[in-house]
Amino acid sequence: MKGRRVVVTGMGIVSPVGNTIEQAWQNIVAGKSGIGPITRFDVEAFPVRFGGEVRNFDIEQYIIRKNARKMDPFIHYGIAAAMDAVGDAGLEINEANAERVGVSVGSGIGGIFSIEEGHKSYLEGGPRKISPFFIPSAIINMVSGNLSILLGAKGPNLATVTACTTATHNIGLSARLIAYGDADVMIAGGAEFGTTPTGLGGFAAARALSTRNDDPQGASRPWDQGRDGFVLSDGAGVLVLEEYEHAKQRGANIYAELAGFGMSGDAHHMTLPSDTGDGASRCMTQALNDAGLNAQDIDYVNAHGTSTKAGDGAELQAVKASFGEHAYDLAVSSTKSMTGHLLGAAGGIEAIFTVLAMRDGILPPTINLEEPDEEFDLDLVPLEARDQPIKAALSNSFGFGGTNGTVIFARLSD
Amino acid sequence: MSSIEERVKKIVVEQLGVKEDEVTSEASFVDDLGADSLDTVELVMALEEEFECEIPDEEAEKITTVQQAIDYVNRHLDQ
Repeated sequence: MKGRRVVVTGMGIVSPVGNTIEQAWQNIVAGKSGIGPITRFDVEAFPVRFGGEVRNFDIEQYIIRKNARKMDPFIHYGIAAAMDAVGDAGLEINEANAERVGVSVGSGIGGIFSIEEGHKSYLEGGPRKISPFFIPSAIINMVSGNLSILLGAKGPNLATVTACTTATHNIGLSARLIAYGDADVMIAGGAEFGTTPTGLGGFAAARALSTRNDDPQGASRPWDQGRDGFVLSDGAGVLVLEEYEHAKQRGANIYAELAGFGMSGDAHHMTLPSDTGDGASRCMTQALNDAGLNAQDIDYVNAHGTSTKAGDGAELQAVKASFGEHAYDLAVSSTKSMTGHLLGAAGGIEAIFTVLAMRDGILPPTINLEEPDEEFDLDLVPLEARDQPIKAALSNSFGFGGTNGTVIFARLSD
Repeated sequence: MSSIEERVKKIVVEQLGVKEDEVTSEASFVDDLGADSLDTVELVMALEEEFECEIPDEEAEKITTVQQAIDYVNRHLDQ
């Protein structure tokens, strides 16, 4: 990446596989699924009745109830993950550095739950019954907005919105802001709470979701012949990105360097990738070029791999196009097999898993991958995690609209 | 059945996230109980809900303390 070097110094997560980095990573390495029946509302009439809900989460450990009431759950998740990430980074935001610390945590959909509730109030009681907090509880930039207020972070404050590529774009663009000099620290990622009646119903209507109601934990099965759509999940994943010298100077623990970032558009279809994965391939190649790395330098790809018929194949085509023969030497896996698809937060938690895979030298598995399609002849780390040193790894996200993002993390070198 | 005063105070405690003993009759929502302008709008909506009434905006603006809220409800229920 041109300009100043950017490193990861903190991470925070809220997810179906756990709400701490330690717990979530333990479950991922053990190949444990976080998917189960949806419990928050009556799903009987829905063709899909399961998802990846967040469990054992208490926002009042982070903010007082009076304030929490004014925020959609996606904002709760984003705040929690970000505050944990800042704690993990040991970052103290004070008068001296406040203007150099920014926030960029987006969401794919935003406050759909609050929009449903606000609309219900309107239908039942007319315009007078719409809460004064309806708008600020629902709009997407309010994770970043509230975090700025809570943490006193006075640097750039924004939220990029690109469907399921949201978190990856927020992370990559935040790295750019640091590299360019707009900030020394960026709190970046994504948050999502899409398991609501219209969220679930909307994706189900689009035939995007698995309907394997009798086996929720087996439903997300990227590249497996029995795959039939993705699993809708909630949560948040947030990184603390920091300029290298800044991190070094304060003696911060450095997980990895954010070495490269790539973006592209498909120019193809609202919801489908092109058969060849052309957009995804251009995105990965751009990230490699940005990192100044060769294909051979990448040991692991944390795939977008949502478990859909079209998307899974296109992504592997793209890996082959970008990596050539080396595609057969590297490992590709989808942690969505365990977490489901967190939409705008997916790139956040997957960036975390990518960094941890590199730190620990462990390839996270693609669970439920019992019988891959014949043409899926790459190392997809089926069923169980494997030990393997990783020098550099790449994380992909692709979203509706044909929007692609790739970030590359590398072991820190001098 | 709780008195109007008790019901009003309970709503203030819930809406503003304050402790019961802070909600004295003289307490001002903004100056003493930490409410901002949006909090007071929502507080009035909660009073409307509880007492099944409609408080016009020009009346709502005059309700700035716990006692004024109690008085308003008492007057309204008398009518």
